[in-house]
Amino acid sequence: MSAVAPARPRLAVFKFASCDGCQLQLLNLEEELLALAERFEVAHFLEASSRVLEGPYDVVLVEGSITTAHDAERIRGIREQAGWLVAIGACATAGGIQHLRNTAAVEDWKREVYPHPEWIEVLETSTPISDHVRVDHEIHGCPVDKHEVLRVLTRSLLGALPDPPRGSVCVECKRRGQVCVTVARGIPCMGPVTRAGCGALCPSLGRDCYACFGPSRDADPAALANRFRELGLSPHDIARRFRGITGGDPVFRDAAQALEDSDG
Amino acid sequence: MSESSGAPQWLERGGLQQLLDELRAREYDVHGPVLRDGAIAFEPVVDTAELASGVHDVQEAGRYRLEPGDGGRTFAVVHGPAALKPFTFAPREPLLQVQMDGPGSSFECEPVLPDTGRVAVLGARPCDLAALAVQDRVFLGDRFPDPHYAARRENLLTIVVNCTRSVSTCFCTSMGTGPEARSAYDLALTEQDDGFVVRARSDAGREILGALALPEAEEAALDRERIDLEACRDGIDRALDTTDLRELLYENLSHARWDDVGERCLGCGNCTMVCPTCFCHDQRDEPELDGKASLRVRQWDSCFDPDHARIHGFDFRARVRDRYRQWLVHKLASWEDQFGTSGCVGCGRCLTWCPVGIDLTEEVAAIRGGGTA
Ligand code: SF4
Ligand code: SF4
Ligand code: SF4
Repeated sequence: MSAVAPARPRLAVFKFASCDGCQLQLLNLEEELLALAERFEVAHFLEASSRVLEGPYDVVLVEGSITTAHDAERIRGIREQAGWLVAIGACATAGGIQHLRNTAAVEDWKREVYPHPEWIEVLETSTPISDHVRVDHEIHGCPVDKHEVLRVLTRSLLGALPDPPRGSVCVECKRRGQVCVTVARGIPCMGPVTRAGCGALCPSLGRDCYACFGPSRDADPAALANRFRELGLSPHDIARRFRGITGGDPVFRDAAQALEDSDG
Repeated sequence: MSESSGAPQWLERGGLQQLLDELRAREYDVHGPVLRDGAIAFEPVVDTAELASGVHDVQEAGRYRLEPGDGGRTFAVVHGPAALKPFTFAPREPLLQVQMDGPGSSFECEPVLPDTGRVAVLGARPCDLAALAVQDRVFLGDRFPDPHYAARRENLLTIVVNCTRSVSTCFCTSMGTGPEARSAYDLALTEQDDGFVVRARSDAGREILGALALPEAEEAALDRERIDLEACRDGIDRALDTTDLRELLYENLSHARWDDVGERCLGCGNCTMVCPTCFCHDQRDEPELDGKASLRVRQWDSCFDPDHARIHGFDFRARVRDRYRQWLVHKLASWEDQFGTSGCVGCGRCLTWCPVGIDLTEEVAAIRGGGTA
C-alpha cells in the first residue's frame, strides 16, 4: 500500500471460482454501503453494478480460487492493475471446498458428473490466489466477516495496515462466555486449531467449529487429532474434519494426509 | 472466621428469596449460577427458582459434565468456566473515544468509563474470591490503578458460598484459598440441608444482613458447618506441592518436560481465558469509515497467542513449548516477584477447560521428579 492513500481510492472487486458469498458480505454492509461508496470510487464490482471502469485500481478484492487456465491468465492481468490486492474468503485464500479435487483425478470426476465432460476445461487443481500472484493481504472465512472487510477498507483509507483478529476460535469462544462443546459435551471441535475471526459463531450455536477460517498460526493439528481419537473418531473421520472448506491449506492438507497414511 | 463482625446468622432455605429481594431493593443487579449449555454461568436472576437445580458437576482434566441430583442443595454445582473475572475485567470494552475533524486535524480523546450499576454476584466460590483479590492487586495495587477495573470493582458485591463439596480438579487446599472463604467478601453463606449460615464482612454486607433481621445461627449449625468444611477439605486429594516452587521452576527452565507438554498443548489459549487471575489484554483501534472518530478497545488476550511475544518482527516465544512454559512459570513463580502472591488459586479451571486436559499439577509434579511423566 502506498504511504499516502489517495483521497478517493478506486476499489475493484473480482470473482473467480466461488459462490459469491463473500461479495454478498460486502453488500450485506447495508448501513455502511453508502458511506463506503462515498469514500471509494467503486470502479468494478459486477455483483453490485454493471458499470465497469478501466484500471488501474488502488484496492482490489479478489474472491474465488483459480481453477482454469483462463483464470490463471486473468488474475495476472488483475495483479498488474492492482495497487493493493486483498484475497477474500476461503476459496481465494485456501482453494475453497473445490480443493477436494486436488487429491482426486479430475478426468474421472468430470466423467462422473457431466454428460459432456469434453466441454469442461479445467485445471487439475483449485488453488488460492497467492499460488499465482503476489497477494498483499488475506481476509479469511467462508464467508468472510463483513465487519472485518469494512475494518480492512477503513484502515486502508488511513494508510494503516490491517489488524486482523488474533489467536484461535477458542479465545473468541471464551470471550463470548460460551461453554466449550468439547469439554462439556464431548463434541470434537476444530476451534483450538482454527484462526479467530468469526467470533466463535458455531460454538455459540451449540455446535462444533468446522474450521472455515483455516488454521490458526502455529496450529498443531496432530495434537488435536489425538484428542479426537479419544473422543471416538477414526483417523479417516478425523482426516475428513481437516479436509473441509479450508482443507487446501497446507497445514490441514498435510494433517489429513498423515492421518490417511496412518489409517493404512 | 476472623474479622467477621457480629455472630454468624441463620437464613432458612426459603429465606434466600428474601435475600434476593433485599439486594434488588438496594438496586443490585443480582447474578447467580444458572444452567447454560451443559454447565453453569452467572446470569441475572430475580427468582431463586432460576438458579441451577437438580444437578451437580463432575469435573476432570478436559471434561465437564452435569449429572442428575443436587442432594437438595441450591449450590450443588461447584463452578462453571467463568469465575468473577468478567464482572471486573471485561472480556471486551472500550477505553477511549477519539474525535477529529478529518485527516491532519488535531484530535481529542475522551476516556470511556463503564456505566455499570451495582452488581451482586451470588454463589461465587472461595477460590473465585481469592482470584478477585489477586486481580485487585494487579489492576489496582500499583501507582496507576486501572479506572475501568476500578469502576466495576466498586460496584461489585460478593456473596460467596463456602464449599461443602469439591470436584476432582480442585486444589484450593494447596493454595490456601478454600474450601472456606478467606479473602474479603461482603456476605458468605455455608449451605446446609435446611438453610444457610450467613456472615457479613463489609459494611454493605452488614447493612443487608441487618435489614433481613435474621436469628443468630445455633451452635448445632456451626458445629455442622465445621464438620462439613472439614469433610470437604479432606475430600480434596489433588495437590500442588508449593515447597520452593518458585526456585524449582526457575532452576528447571530447560527441563525436558517443557518439550513434552509442548507436544500435547494446542496453544489454543483456553486455560488463560478461564483462569480467574490471567489479566493479559490487547488493545486495538477501531476507526470509523468517515475518518472522524476511532474507538480504542481492549479485550482479553492470551500469552498463547502467536503474536503475544512478537516484538519488532521477532518472536521470542516461537514454539508452543515456550508459551506453555511462560504461562506456568509466570503463574507459579514470577507472579510472586511481580505481585507478591502466587498467580494460582487452585480453582482447577485450566485443567477442566483445556480441550486436551493438560493438568498443571501434573506438569509441576513431573518437573519435581515425582509425578507421572
Ligand atoms: S467449543 Fe470449540 S472453539 Fe469453543 S472453546 Fe471449545 S474447542 Fe474451542
Ligand atoms: S492456574 Fe488454573 S487452577 Fe490456578 S487459578 Fe488459574 S485456572 Fe485456576
Ligand atoms: S494448556 Fe490446554 S488450554 Fe492451555 S493452550 Fe495448551 S491446549 Fe490450550
